[in-house]
Amino acid sequence: MRIHHHSFDAVIVGAGGAGLRAAIEAAGSCRLAVLTKLYPTRSHTGAAQGGMCAALANVEEDSWEWHTFDTVKGGDYLVDQAAAQVMCKEAIDAVIELEHYGLPFNRTPNGEIDQRRFGGHTRNHGEAPVRRACYSADRTGHMILQTLYQQCVKRDVNFFNEFQVLDVSFSEGRVAACVAYEQATGDLHVFATKAVLFASGGFGKMFKVSSNAHTLTGDGPGLLYRRGIPMEDMEFFQFHPTGIYKLGILLSEAARGEGGILRNADGERFMERYAPTVKDLAPRDMVSRAILTEIKEGRGIGPNKDYVHLDLTHLPPEQIDAKLPDISEFVRTYMGLEPKTQGIPIQPTAHYAMGGIPTNIDGEVVVDAESTVFPGLYAAGECACVSVHGANRLGTNSLLDIVVFGKRGGRAMAEFVKTADHAELPTDAADAVKGRIERIFASTGTEKVAKIRSELQDHMMDKASVFRTEKSLSEMVTVLDDLKERVDRVGIDDKGQIYNYDITEALELGYLVDLAEAVVISARARTESRGAHWRDDHPIRDDASWMKHTMVSRRPDGTVTLDYKPVDGDLYVPMERKY
Amino acid sequence: MAAAVQPSDDDDEARVLRAADGVAERPDADASPAERFTISLKVKRFNPEVDDKPHWQEFTVEDVEGTDRVLDVLHLAKWYQDGTLTFRRSCAHGVCGSDAMVINGENALACQLLIQETGTSITVEAIRGLPVVKDLVVDMEPFFAQYRSVLPYLITSDEPGYKERHQTAEDRERFDDTTKCILCAACTTACPIYWGNSSYVGPAAIVQAHRFIFDSRDEGSAERLDVLNERSGVWRCRTAFNCSNACPRGIKVTHAIEEVKRAILYDRV
Repeated sequence: MRIHHHSFDAVIVGAGGAGLRAAIEAAGSCRLAVLTKLYPTRSHTGAAQGGMCAALANVEEDSWEWHTFDTVKGGDYLVDQAAAQVMCKEAIDAVIELEHYGLPFNRTPNGEIDQRRFGGHTRNHGEAPVRRACYSADRTGHMILQTLYQQCVKRDVNFFNEFQVLDVSFSEGRVAACVAYEQATGDLHVFATKAVLFASGGFGKMFKVSSNAHTLTGDGPGLLYRRGIPMEDMEFFQFHPTGIYKLGILLSEAARGEGGILRNADGERFMERYAPTVKDLAPRDMVSRAILTEIKEGRGIGPNKDYVHLDLTHLPPEQIDAKLPDISEFVRTYMGLEPKTQGIPIQPTAHYAMGGIPTNIDGEVVVDAESTVFPGLYAAGECACVSVHGANRLGTNSLLDIVVFGKRGGRAMAEFVKTADHAELPTDAADAVKGRIERIFASTGTEKVAKIRSELQDHMMDKASVFRTEKSLSEMVTVLDDLKERVDRVGIDDKGQIYNYDITEALELGYLVDLAEAVVISARARTESRGAHWRDDHPIRDDASWMKHTMVSRRPDGTVTLDYKPVDGDLYVPMERKY
Repeated sequence: MAAAVQPSDDDDEARVLRAADGVAERPDADASPAERFTISLKVKRFNPEVDDKPHWQEFTVEDVEGTDRVLDVLHLAKWYQDGTLTFRRSCAHGVCGSDAMVINGENALACQLLIQETGTSITVEAIRGLPVVKDLVVDMEPFFAQYRSVLPYLITSDEPGYKERHQTAEDRERFDDTTKCILCAACTTACPIYWGNSSYVGPAAIVQAHRFIFDSRDEGSAERLDVLNERSGVWRCRTAFNCSNACPRGIKVTHAIEEVKRAILYDRV
């Protein structure tokens, strides 16, 4: 196996919205490499649909303080409040900056950026839904991804496409290098660097029904977790209420922002019972639980009564064409239904990890309850946990998160490398990855990646998704013990060097299983219900015991330990979460 | 090689018809368990590490539903029959642009085409005009180099300061269609001119240029039109309409190319 060596001041891992925004910030002031296992424009930011909230107040009164309140309340008070303030305040600049970069926002009749309603975003601390989401039809993420990539092309950013990062190397207590597998050749590349920023996205492929791309396997958080970096709040995984039945393909909350209604088998607008004030625009965790409760109580639709309808039929057809064209096309393509005249079968779909690599508001990775910074290590976007989403992210706040904290992380990293020097590069930097790859090539094991992965996804859906109990989570721990052992006996067919996606998938499965264990063990310990983490056996939020962030760590011997970190901020006192 | 299809001015009508056909054939979501099909999947394979030339391999894939995607069938073949079968994919619902391939003779995204549309006999090969690296994976670098050549970013001389620029809804609508492009290369690799002359900048790059040329905020049109007026530019286009038919996002690609040609001819946008 050939090993190549490179030296850069800074490396960004991942080229979705967060990685590209960080690259724009750092390019030009340091020697920068951006590594992505895809091509930048294939990143899953491009699948985001509905919008990006910012209190521009272009169409009605709004304030970034209201946005902050909504974010904190939406996150069931597990949000670090100073971080949420930063995000909501800087949201306004971020949107304007994207407009300057050329992002084609939808416009109001007088030419300003248009705004629309979204779940959990309200005027004056919960009075009524507010028009806060800036958008570009229902392809806002696509436009953000394209626009940021265009700006990187303009700045001649140095991309290494289809380079999959599989390890980091630390020395002298800081970052020394990262190690990437080049898909086109099968060669390894050691990038000696002063700093690495991870922007590698989520890990929603651990669940069966998921809006996530096949490639969202948690490589970034997974490899850091194996290197001893703790993961924060992993038990909080968001299920988006409106995934296309069985397929999980996302149908934006913008559908409800534009007036869409959820209906059960009786045709009832059931959200009126669960959230009398904002109804269908309640936060995602509440709507997902409401849908599954309707189904559980026999009011689901279909032969198995296992879905409900998203109803757009009362909306003017021209509004659907203008504001929701892409999701309408998804419904036609994948369901063979016409959303203008027919109800759309939907069910909750695994969507977003609130948890991840712990960082402060400058994207610096922090490794303990005292928020000690790990020098040279940065993270931003879904793989990171700032924490601005707490126990449940509000719709649109992920696109906001990637541009605000991508920028902050990129800026902080560029500053850091101005004065830092390179840590000594360990001579064995590539050895661990080389060994892992050679073991898989040499394996005569008969376990198959696809089989293990599908068992993982089935069991996680069944035992660790929207509703959880001590019993279901303990069963999942047992399942994971078995799967972990079987992952070690995986054998692959393709022994070649060129574009060997057989081995790529084997490596990705390892990260998914490790991170699933982090999710499950964190969830089993948290004996309360908060945001997206619902325990049937502990259905009450318990602020006295659990107003704290989970920090889950994996020791070199594979044992998993838990620690906790206080939640930052007392601007907003926790109240019962009603909508 | 597929022949260039007849020019048609009405892409929209064709799309609507296709959608309507699909509705009629598809099983109702409320109906009883879906019918299962056995698929005959033929893939044109080439692995430079072992093969001198490409060859066809046939897979029999069982237990497939009509609403499954061609991508699902490829996955079943790769995951449970032959792990060496190689293709790119990511989002699996037609927004990332990874899995453009030639399916039953026409360019499409494997994740956007359902079995009830292709039938049970499926032939898959790599998109044409870009070098095949392995099986369905082609070298995308020439394609992205052509993309970069048209200056695909907003060019302005003004300093907008803190405020957003204004743009009327009509001006915004002017370039809406070409903002949808996901750079999947389905259009460019469906173009018979591109097959014969890979120095042609290709439909996708022109679409990307169009997106800025017709954006009222942009001031870089003259530079871009100079690029597209060169020998490798828009004049290579012979309006075969293959690009419009191939676009998985429904962009009227040929129409966009014609608008760019007119902008060069009449020196106005």
